[in-house]
Amino acid sequence: MTAAAHAEPLLKVHGLELERGGRVLLSDFSLEIYPGEVMMLEGENGSGKTSLLRTLAGLARYGYSGGLQCNADSLLYLGHKAGVKTLLTPRENLRWYCSVQNLPLAGLDAALQSVELTGYEDIPCHNLSAGQQRRVNLARLYLSEAPLWLLDEPFTAIDRAGVKRLADVIAARAAAGGAVVLTSHQPLPSDYPVRRVSIARQERS
Amino acid sequence: MGRLLAACLRRQLLLAVRRPVEVVNPLVFFLLVVMLFPLGIGPDPRQLTEFAPAVLWIVALLATLLAVEGMFRGDFDDGTLEQLVLAPQPLFLPALTYVFAHWLLTGLPLTLLSPLFALMLQLPGKAIGTLMLSLLLGTAVLSLIGGIGAALTVGLKRGGILISLLIIPFYVPVLIFGSAAVQFAAAGNSAQPQLLVLGGMLSLAVALAPFAIAAGLRISVDAG
Repeated sequence: MTAAAHAEPLLKVHGLELERGGRVLLSDFSLEIYPGEVMMLEGENGSGKTSLLRTLAGLARYGYSGGLQCNADSLLYLGHKAGVKTLLTPRENLRWYCSVQNLPLAGLDAALQSVELTGYEDIPCHNLSAGQQRRVNLARLYLSEAPLWLLDEPFTAIDRAGVKRLADVIAARAAAGGAVVLTSHQPLPSDYPVRRVSIARQERS
Repeated sequence: MGRLLAACLRRQLLLAVRRPVEVVNPLVFFLLVVMLFPLGIGPDPRQLTEFAPAVLWIVALLATLLAVEGMFRGDFDDGTLEQLVLAPQPLFLPALTYVFAHWLLTGLPLTLLSPLFALMLQLPGKAIGTLMLSLLLGTAVLSLIGGIGAALTVGLKRGGILISLLIIPFYVPVLIFGSAAVQFAAAGNSAQPQLLVLGGMLSLAVALAPFAIAAGLRISVDAG
């Protein structure tokens, strides 16, 4: 899968108007995301980054108007919520995720190893630290075959070495013809070119 | 598709095994209320026999209602529901699995324990078979309808009262035919018509509720 094979954008947004809680967060917002791109959404707290990502993921069905076209057959969304059942072990959590996403189970151990959870596979997640629980959620990145990743603050609660590895897997996905949209308040520690899109807070009149 | 269903069912049962309190709660509730009735009504067996079908059915209904609110609560709070909504497979399949798991953990144990409670309320022995059959069919309908209410209210901070208001009107026909079946059987008549109606309700609910639950979950996830 090369970038040239996908000339059309994976995600196309045209004239999007986003409203949350009676406030207009974005108006006439247009965006095209092509294969091979890593896009960083920038904006202050409350500017609508999360709302935009949720809308792009298709989780928000109301509260927006405008054209939204997703050409990716599957996508991975990583949000603020833990995405992990604390009563289950990391292995059980990921096994369920693989079954739901129809992914092979073969990569499960490698994914847990990649997020440095070797030795913790079979310990219920409520006995793990916040950072480790976050890593269980992030292990989905190593399992995913989805061409489009939407990551909301993926670096939260992750140590510096972990952030570097995460940046590498993000860059690798884009290099393999995928596209990654992420929000973060820290720069991506990677040499991969990052397209920055700023979401300015709209003045309300 | 089979893999998705098996994985979801396995997960729900595993969660129940790890936190058995949520399974035991409705059963204890059932037991306590059934124990209170003879104390309230008095020890006259004839009166108890008269009230038994209605009491057993109302308590089963309330026990299901008690448990139904938590059907999607945990998954909504920790964000795994979002992952399910974004999965490539249609959402009504896991929705049906959640309801089935819920019924396995509330409706089925209630049904299996109901002969014991029936004896406590002096229900004639000949009606116990009908009681079990009516509960078997009826609690499945209650779980399916309850699932719709749970899916619609899971995004709200306090959905407790709202879910009751939403689904109790739909519980009424189940209650009427369920307790009527037991009353008929207790009086020595055939309860077949009522049981057939319950079976029809179950067929309708199995066919339609999963889609309504899936739609409700999408709306709730949007709010979350």
